Amino acid sequence: MIPAAFDYKRASSAAEAISLVGQYGSDAKFLAGGHSLLPLMKLRLAQPAMLIDIGRVKDLSYIKDAGKHIAIGALTRHMDVETSKVLHEHAPLLSHAAAHVGDSQVRHRGTIGGSIAHADPASDLPATTLALGATYVVQGPKGQREIAAAKFFKGFLESDLAADEMLVEIRVPKMQGAGWSFQKFNRRAQDWAIVGVAAWRRKNEAGVALVNMGSTPILATSVAGALAKGASVGDAAALASNEADPQSDLNASTEYRKHLASVLVRRALEDASK
Amino acid sequence: MTITENKTTNVIGTRLLRREDPPLLTGEAKFTNDLNIPGALHLAVLRSPFAHAKIKSINVSAALKIAGVVAVYTGKDLQTTWASPMPCAWPVTTDMKNPAHYPLAIDKVNYVGDGVAAVLATNETASRDALDAIDVEYEALQAVVDLEDALSDKNIIHKDLGTNKSYTWPLLVEETPGCVEEAFKKAKYKVKERYVQQRLIPMAMEPRAIAAVPQPFGGDITLYSATQIPHILKVMTALTLGIPEHQVRVVAPSVGGGFGSKLNVYAEELLCMALARKHNAPVRWVEERSENAQATIQGRGQIQHIELAADEKGKITAVRVRIIGDMGAYLQLVTPGVPILGAFLYAGVYDIPKAYDFSCTSVFTNLTPTDAYRGAGRPEATYAIESAIEALAREMKIDSFELRKRNYIKKEQFPYTAFSGLVYDSGDHLSAAEKAAKLTDIAGVRAQQKKQNVPGATKLLGVGMTSYFEMCGLAPSRVLASLNYSAGGWEAATVRVLPTNKVQVITGTSPHGQGHETSWAMIAAEKLGVAPEDVDVLHSDTAISALGLDTYGSRSLPVGGVAIAMACDKVIEKAKTIAAHQLECAAEDLQFVGGTFSVKGSPDRALPLAAIAFGAFTAHNLPEGCEPNLEAQVSYDPPNFSWPFGTHMCVVEVDTETGAVEILKYIAVDDCGNQINPLIVEGQVHGGVVQGIAQALFEEAVYDSDGNLKTSTLAEYLVPAACDVPPITTAHTTTPSPTNQLGVKGIGEAGTIGAAPTVINAIIDALSSLGVKSMAMPASPQTVWKTIQAARGGKK
Ligand SMILES: Cc1cc2nc3c(=O)[nH]c(=O)nc-3n(C[C@H](O)[C@H](O)[C@H](O)COP(=O)(O)OP(=O)(O)OC[C@H]3O[C@@H](n4cnc5c(N)ncnc54)[C@H](O)[C@@H]3O)c2cc1C
Repeated sequence: MIPAAFDYKRASSAAEAISLVGQYGSDAKFLAGGHSLLPLMKLRLAQPAMLIDIGRVKDLSYIKDAGKHIAIGALTRHMDVETSKVLHEHAPLLSHAAAHVGDSQVRHRGTIGGSIAHADPASDLPATTLALGATYVVQGPKGQREIAAAKFFKGFLESDLAADEMLVEIRVPKMQGAGWSFQKFNRRAQDWAIVGVAAWRRKNEAGVALVNMGSTPILATSVAGALAKGASVGDAAALASNEADPQSDLNASTEYRKHLASVLVRRALEDASK
Repeated sequence: MTITENKTTNVIGTRLLRREDPPLLTGEAKFTNDLNIPGALHLAVLRSPFAHAKIKSINVSAALKIAGVVAVYTGKDLQTTWASPMPCAWPVTTDMKNPAHYPLAIDKVNYVGDGVAAVLATNETASRDALDAIDVEYEALQAVVDLEDALSDKNIIHKDLGTNKSYTWPLLVEETPGCVEEAFKKAKYKVKERYVQQRLIPMAMEPRAIAAVPQPFGGDITLYSATQIPHILKVMTALTLGIPEHQVRVVAPSVGGGFGSKLNVYAEELLCMALARKHNAPVRWVEERSENAQATIQGRGQIQHIELAADEKGKITAVRVRIIGDMGAYLQLVTPGVPILGAFLYAGVYDIPKAYDFSCTSVFTNLTPTDAYRGAGRPEATYAIESAIEALAREMKIDSFELRKRNYIKKEQFPYTAFSGLVYDSGDHLSAAEKAAKLTDIAGVRAQQKKQNVPGATKLLGVGMTSYFEMCGLAPSRVLASLNYSAGGWEAATVRVLPTNKVQVITGTSPHGQGHETSWAMIAAEKLGVAPEDVDVLHSDTAISALGLDTYGSRSLPVGGVAIAMACDKVIEKAKTIAAHQLECAAEDLQFVGGTFSVKGSPDRALPLAAIAFGAFTAHNLPEGCEPNLEAQVSYDPPNFSWPFGTHMCVVEVDTETGAVEILKYIAVDDCGNQINPLIVEGQVHGGVVQGIAQALFEEAVYDSDGNLKTSTLAEYLVPAACDVPPITTAHTTTPSPTNQLGVKGIGEAGTIGAAPTVINAIIDALSSLGVKSMAMPASPQTVWKTIQAARGGKK
């Protein structure tokens, strides 16, 4: 559990962080909460030569009501997402999901930006923000651009972020009283999901995303489509895995994962309809 | 019993808070890796990535160039260092096969994690960098992973042995020759079951840690190790390294759990000592978590076949058991003995005739060596009989509790000479079981179950139970001799009353979480009539506590604790002669109550122990021939095992859609005789039950067909946390052991023994209406779901 040697620089702003990354190139990595990166480094599965610590960029830690959406700074810790009054009111699905990330130590260190940038399909917040139709704001040497969550995730731990780009803000549309549910199925309370479902529902409109059901977080468009056409919850839930391509691992075979997804999507939709 | 006669201070039986906890909780306690040892070199071990391979070549030149690297050794380099291979102290049969096992592999590796090279560096980072720089060329061989495969001898691991079989150990007890076979022929009911005890990783919270510190002159060496067995380690390292034993001192600082995994003589201990001597510098090592998963012993690993024969009432008339034991790649300290520790318990708590046919064949595999893990052999045995009795109840279509009642050894039958010749000194199974049933509200749960488990229901309720008998308090030395164990089972204690009436207790037990300092102080305080805080307990340093056999097998209290009580008696006896001398009376006329000697009938003629202690120190006025000082030493060899027992019950709810199991209620009724400190007893039961639940629901060392461990981190190896286990209701009955003066029995392993079959039986009960008759461990959601699918024959 001793990482390979590395250098370390602390950035005090997004601009400084981006310029440092430009300087050190592909050997450099941003360090946010460190709760995905440091375990990989300790196992020597990641060996960046330079860490650029953005953990203390204070002005990127916020949760603001921006009218149609809630704006969340990338460096906002899971615990702040979990306990935010603004989110409780306008995007309760997200704060509820944040409360299911790891244990409280993890939630005090890990950041929403780090979680999304890391693009782990087993993480809870990428799928949750995907279900909510979030937009991610990223900043590079040439300025900012916006990416829809549905276009962001490219593959296992791969996203649309360029090496010299930094995720700075997550914009979550207000849920406007939609019913919602977050189903996390795991063997121990503090584990990653074997399968997870983030869902909201307003009449025939719905957003459903799946955790750990493929190489990226999965938007279950068939389920939402079927509901829009008036399908029953049970029939819609049977389509849970249409867009998914789940792997087989110690906890679940592909077949069992697909089965779980349909059970959990059904329960989520029932729960969201209450 | 002396204790009841002299009962005045009432320390025993109180819930005294553990004196160990403040230093542990505040970080004051020092673990091996906390020791500040200037100038220490850091050891790192390069481990085989192959389960079975020839080592073609090892190139260390790049590693040696790394700044801070002092030396790199291969197995060949060190071969002349060892006076003998690593020890196995339990050759269970005279023809047992035991492959030579050295701290580093020589030209062949036999499991993933087998040591291949040792690096010494001035800092930890350099030592790890060096591991990456060593170039080893392997020729991979087919790995033997499956037990039945191993048994077939198609692919032999240790070629020189000619077989993968280490031994076959039979225990056939028949009233008349052939009576077992006859009982099965005549039986009205029969069951034949197969169970798999998955491999478990003990996962002590503190991984292993070692520091070997040589003395600059004279060749003495001190070994600090996170071990359960400093005394055994002293003897064994001296022998293996060829160092005179008196030059070896072993110290176990605070030790963060063991569960049997630190009951061993490990390669790294020998490497640290050998290299410390070679370099004349301290050498230290601390294990990484994944090394702990791969290179520290694992537990369980058995395939069990059990058959029961029963008459028309369900009375068991014969038991037949066949076991395949998984030794792993090599035999560690007591590896072969683990299944044998369970061999006598496959009839559990039941009154059976002399018709018992047990046999265990143990095999080598290309996996991490196994060895004792909390319960060692006895959880396996209990699981088999307590699952088989459920199968028998299903076969007979009667309630399993009713079937147990028909078979329990009855209270009046104790002391009970079992089929094996072992004497179960005391017990009352029915009372414990009835208490558990009452606490579970079994009638209420059954009624709820009737309502809830209707066709189409997706949340099914189930109740499970286990009645167990444990054979622990290891152990009468003569019995150990008959089992071919190389050492004895006694324990030593010294009790010393200091001139100011403070007391030192020196014990040969070696606590690593059990609270011995608290409990031993309570025993001495009760005996001597002093306050517990006036008693200091010294342990786990062979220079201070020279004699002892350490801590494992729920032995510390029934052997080591009893030795302390006996040493106290000796001290009191000596003090009495001094008191008699000074009070000018006959020793027989004195009584000792509340720390004071007084003449029976004239309480004003009295002397407190404090005065005698000071008098023994000044030695001004002692009786003729009486030696100064108030001190006594005892080595106590127990005449019998200790026989704790009890009944556990639990209620589960199974989600048939996902396979998830929730334990709604867990009841543990344990009888460990008299309790010294109920708080500590409950803690032991809680921890044990959680470890048993872990085997039932969560934990398994999973290997792929090439022998790679797939669960080598705590993300994959699912040790449950507090939020994953139910509240546990503990209760007890008290049946004092008639074998020792404290009336105590061990409690360290009981919870682990009771819990796994209790939980699995409850799951099967919940799913019985779906036709489920067995459940593999761990009963993960996926396993439960697949079992339900299979029982439904693919129908939804
Ligand atoms: C024990 C444990 C349990 C956990 N359980 C869960 C769980 O149940 N569910 C769950 O969802 N997660 C879980 N996590 C992961 C946790 O949520 C992490 O905090 C999160 O995934 C990563 O956030 P971070 O801030 O720690 O990122 P870091 O580890 O610092 O960074 C992760 C990656 O993202 C990059 N990065 C970070 N921030 C940015 C940014 N603003 N812009 C561009 N790139 C960036 C880094 O360079 C790095 O490559 C767990 C972690 C641990 C250690």
